[in-house]
Amino acid sequence: MTTELPKVNIDEKLGYLTYKADHQTHITIEKPEVCSEQCREKPCASICPAQVYRWEEAQNKVIVSFENCIECGACRMLCPFFNIKCHWPRGGFGVQYRYG
Amino acid sequence: MADDKFDAIVVGAGPAGVSAALVMARAGLNVVLLERGEYPGAKNVQGAVLYTKMLDDLIPGFWKSPDSPMERHVTEQRFWILSKDAAAQAGFKSDRWAREPHNCYTIIRTNFDRWFSKKAEEAGAQLFSGVTVSDVLKKDGRVVGIKTSEGDELFADVVIACDGVNSMLAQQVGLMDEWKADEVALGVKEILEMPKEKIEDRFCLENGEGTTIEMFGDVTQGMLGYAFLYTNKESLSIGVGCKLSHYQKSRVRPYDLMEYVKKHPILRRLIAGSKTVEYSSHLIPEGGYNSMPPLYTDGFLVAGDAAQMVNAAHREGSNFAMTAGQLAGETVIEAKKAGDFSSKTLSLYRKKMESTYILKDLFDHRELENSAERHMPLVQQGPDLLCESLYDFFHVDGLPKRVGYERILDRGLKNKAVHEALWKEMNVRNIVTGLKYGLMAGKKWLGGR
Repeated sequence: MTTELPKVNIDEKLGYLTYKADHQTHITIEKPEVCSEQCREKPCASICPAQVYRWEEAQNKVIVSFENCIECGACRMLCPFFNIKCHWPRGGFGVQYRYG
Repeated sequence: MADDKFDAIVVGAGPAGVSAALVMARAGLNVVLLERGEYPGAKNVQGAVLYTKMLDDLIPGFWKSPDSPMERHVTEQRFWILSKDAAAQAGFKSDRWAREPHNCYTIIRTNFDRWFSKKAEEAGAQLFSGVTVSDVLKKDGRVVGIKTSEGDELFADVVIACDGVNSMLAQQVGLMDEWKADEVALGVKEILEMPKEKIEDRFCLENGEGTTIEMFGDVTQGMLGYAFLYTNKESLSIGVGCKLSHYQKSRVRPYDLMEYVKKHPILRRLIAGSKTVEYSSHLIPEGGYNSMPPLYTDGFLVAGDAAQMVNAAHREGSNFAMTAGQLAGETVIEAKKAGDFSSKTLSLYRKKMESTYILKDLFDHRELENSAERHMPLVQQGPDLLCESLYDFFHVDGLPKRVGYERILDRGLKNKAVHEALWKEMNVRNIVTGLKYGLMAGKKWLGGR
């Protein structure tokens, strides 16, 4: 399939959402060196539906914007090296769907 | 709430958890229901279609209540197969579905979950929202309670894990490992606001009727999955879900795909003039029967998405969760009577499940995804083939009809995916099975004469 898909600005979509922000992250990359040295594809950066993960070439690492997370849980299974530890945010924190 | 001992702790105030809490509270058990969202529904996403029967079993005649959170009763189900610029459409509309009890309703999950959890509270269950369970507490090998992310400990005779598709609890207890990317689908969804009159005009609806559309083909860009469009009272739910393992391969961004679906020439006319009010995403357990964990262990039960109770082929899941929650609750009531919460008594839950539609349906559909996976070229090319064939069939271009028919035949017979699928299925097992069913049907037919 070679159809060109529209390029979406995810910030616009996330702008519809309400979050109760926590200062502490619920997502950790266990071994950052695995991302830079072993992982070529970086599926987290393309498939996370909230673009929580961005590959920063300049810093040679994956930047995690945990505050954007909409808690689908896909990243844990998506990472070919099971290098992402995504727990639930603490009680009451995180995304708050108004429709769901 | 520390230092308390309950009869049961239910983790997750979704359809499974609330159902379990409701039946146990009604039987007089001391039940606590924990929800990690600030309110029930805050973390939940569903299409959403809710089937009447299973909720009616728990709350008889719920749709008659003035505070019923149902959006529209579904009177029409459409099924579309899309190419890039066309759609082969099938559908079913029934006036019988316009009469009570309706077959199913569209719902908005946050409204539904709040309403449903209130029913459990009214029955006597204690609901605590904004509580994330981080650990399961064990003693002598059996589950005895939970620990929250804030460090509080709660104890009970039994813990029922209804914590959804990412069931951390069932994993902690050791009933299962992390699911794999080919056992779940990733869904993205938007709620589009639209005035009631516009929805009813556009979809030919009256008196609170609703339409659902499931769409296959081009909208998943070669991945296994489907898109949907459901009518709510004053909004539309539009979304697309595909296997996570296929996303891994295609590298498609889910929100780009969502936008592509919304801009599809056949679909965009239906949603024109609407306004997005929410974007959401969730995993859907689609491993089915083969991926189900054991449903119980000492002092512990699992129900709903947490145990892969979804029949993706029939978009059923929340109804499975309600029935499973109910059966889990009933099992605990009997365990309480017996004064024994060991896996021996709790195995009753599995027996109850076996006697319902849930395990039968999951068992019957257990190979569906695998067979679709075996025929991905056909899944990918079939929709175009079908739409092109229908184009040739209906299009009038001054040539004799036989030219069009020949084109259709040629295209079908020369298609590699069709060849491949036929060859793959031409094996001894399938031929024998085919003959067997053929003979059985023949015998029935002859016997009936």
